[in-house]
Amino acid sequence: MRVDENVAAGSDSYYAAAKKNYPASVSGRLRTIKWSVLIITLGIYYLLPFIRWDRGPDAPGQAVLIDMAGRKAYFFGIEIWPQEVYYLTGLLVLASVALFLMNAVAGRVWCGYLCPQTVWTDLYFAVERWFEGDRRDRILMDRAPMSAGKLARKAGKHVVWLLIAVGTGGAWVLYFGDAPTIIRDIFTGNAAPIVYIWIGILTFTTYSLAGFMREQVCLYMCPWPRIQAALTDEWALNVTYRTDRGEPRMSVRTGARAKAAGAEVGDCIDCKACVQVCPTGVDIREGMQLGCIQCGLCIDACDTVMKKVGREPGLIGYDTDMNIARRSEGKPPIYRIVRPRTVLYAALIVIIGGVMAYTLAHRAFQGVSVLHDRNPLYVNLSDGGTRNGYTMRLINKRPHERHFALTVSGLPDGFTVEAQGVASAGGKPVIEVPADTTRELRVLVMVPGGAALPESTPINFYIVDTDNGEKASASDFFKAAPTN
Amino acid sequence: MAHEDIDKVTGVATTGHEWDGIKELNNPLPRWWLWVFYATIVFAVGYVFVYPAVPLVTSYSKGLLGYSQRASALDETAAGQAARAEVGKGLANASLEEIKNDPKMLEFAMAQGRAAFGDNCAPCHGSGATGSKGYPNLQDDDWLWGGTLADIEQTITVGVRSTSPDTRMNDMPRFGADGLLDAKQVRNVAGYVLSLSGSSVKGADVEAGKQIFVENCTSCHGEDAKGIQELGAPNLTDKVWLYGGDEESVIYTVTHAHRGVMPTWGGKLDPVTIKSLAIYVHDLGGGT
Repeated sequence: MRVDENVAAGSDSYYAAAKKNYPASVSGRLRTIKWSVLIITLGIYYLLPFIRWDRGPDAPGQAVLIDMAGRKAYFFGIEIWPQEVYYLTGLLVLASVALFLMNAVAGRVWCGYLCPQTVWTDLYFAVERWFEGDRRDRILMDRAPMSAGKLARKAGKHVVWLLIAVGTGGAWVLYFGDAPTIIRDIFTGNAAPIVYIWIGILTFTTYSLAGFMREQVCLYMCPWPRIQAALTDEWALNVTYRTDRGEPRMSVRTGARAKAAGAEVGDCIDCKACVQVCPTGVDIREGMQLGCIQCGLCIDACDTVMKKVGREPGLIGYDTDMNIARRSEGKPPIYRIVRPRTVLYAALIVIIGGVMAYTLAHRAFQGVSVLHDRNPLYVNLSDGGTRNGYTMRLINKRPHERHFALTVSGLPDGFTVEAQGVASAGGKPVIEVPADTTRELRVLVMVPGGAALPESTPINFYIVDTDNGEKASASDFFKAAPTN
Repeated sequence: MAHEDIDKVTGVATTGHEWDGIKELNNPLPRWWLWVFYATIVFAVGYVFVYPAVPLVTSYSKGLLGYSQRASALDETAAGQAARAEVGKGLANASLEEIKNDPKMLEFAMAQGRAAFGDNCAPCHGSGATGSKGYPNLQDDDWLWGGTLADIEQTITVGVRSTSPDTRMNDMPRFGADGLLDAKQVRNVAGYVLSLSGSSVKGADVEAGKQIFVENCTSCHGEDAKGIQELGAPNLTDKVWLYGGDEESVIYTVTHAHRGVMPTWGGKLDPVTIKSLAIYVHDLGGGT
């Protein structure tokens, strides 16, 4: 981020050109972690749709699938119906609380390691480095006039970028259908237009956001940095430059001279390695700031330099401003991970996760809903009896056909229940519901003449699986003519 | 507009704008943001040319694609009709029983029947098919002219006392108004009729009424007064009364008779629609 510099340099415009970053390569502990996270997360994203999961002959055999046409979502052994979309809400709530917890423990872990924008941009940087060399080579090449070699390297980079982008969109659509079939259809030109449209959209966003927009996304588009600023506290670990150790910064040679003269010398040799490796181009030595995604690459860079000049590593590290203050007062640094907010967030995660797991484990595989006829509310029959009509929907979430016996309670003896188009056994209609689907039908409840009925009687409908006795119920009312 | 005015606290230049000592810092927007803004303008201009956009005096600019929501709606309607035509053809050749037993045709017929009922039948029989005084309730289990699928289809096709030559038709005499029975006799026969369903008429001699019923009414309503559907003669022993089952209404009916009319729908509605209506109406009350 060079915004401040541009303005300080006397820019008289209200708009500033984004300055291109040339992050240098770096190696170290955090870089290794970042590579591992990149491989794991991208591996999951690209390969997950290919994992198979046997659900029997009538259900899709893909482990993770969002079946738009069938209105169902599958995640390994879990099958989510549209009316259970609250599980998605629960997941989103869990995800946000997990982000809060990450933030309270170690700052912008999400931004630095897990965010798709970070991961794909990191991958694009790797490709760029492979084709165009490290920071210095890239800067020189961009300044140099166009040549065959430059063109070839640039073209190579963009081709690979585009391939990754197409692959990103291509993997996305695999989550919405049978992956091998979709891949075959894509290459034979038989896939639905929406498939190509989505691949196009994600190719465009991946290519432009990871290839060109990069840190601009974090700085100007993403709301999360702003939200995190409100979530953090003085205990949260952040990538921190230890001003107490580093200042006054000076080169090794100047430092040696100053030391000899008895002056105070900081550990920072002002080599700017931390700035050069930064993917967003910030100077961490200016303190915690919006542009810092806390990927920790400057920690690796600084540690490498410190090692080289024979000083103790950790000049930049995961630390807190509070500890910097304590150290300069001669107190030992402290860090408390168990704090009211971390406990609260962890408790929320456990509670919400527990409730979700419990309801998921105990959810019913059948359901019934009943809707009373609006018009007419009741029908007077020739024998003086009363009939009410209902629209009933039965849900069978099991992968095989089931039979449900329908009973009604709450009415005086002598009433009859009839489900249209369904045969009755022992006075109860037995309704057949095919595998993994719902069935809607009309149900008529008749109370014979002579029974004194109030205008409205609460009644319950029960469906019971004739094989295993699993139940579901719904309540409604039985309406009768006003008694006056 | 070079401003050398630097804010002391932030070290950032100001725009030179000042309100009561409050200065606006110049933290410049990224330039690509401006380009995105220009791109939306270009997009809007393109949109104006490609899609209908500008109202003219008697028309509007049609756009290069010639798109219109009306045309696309018509296309979709035509596509829908084409898709339905096949099932509709199946309905034309199938018998009512076949339709009733084929889930796909049944669904189609029910949907078409419901729509046709709303368009054609609801004005008299009500949107819920419950009818009203003089207009039969089609939800209940009492059918004047028969409640089988075939009976209902026939009634819809020819109507009742309609202009069709095949119309369903009967003619109850105006016993009181035409002097066939005197007021006392009317009251007695009304008393007998209502006694069949457990009600009574004040001051009526039920035994005398029964005698009058046997002499005058059984030819149409039957000796047991349960009516004869072939003649459209209602069952007088049940609790369903088309023209009211209270004392006054029954006396009025015996005195003046009623001659309700239902139009013939054959020729106005195509046979497939009538079939669908029959299926729908039959389904309302669960059939007989």
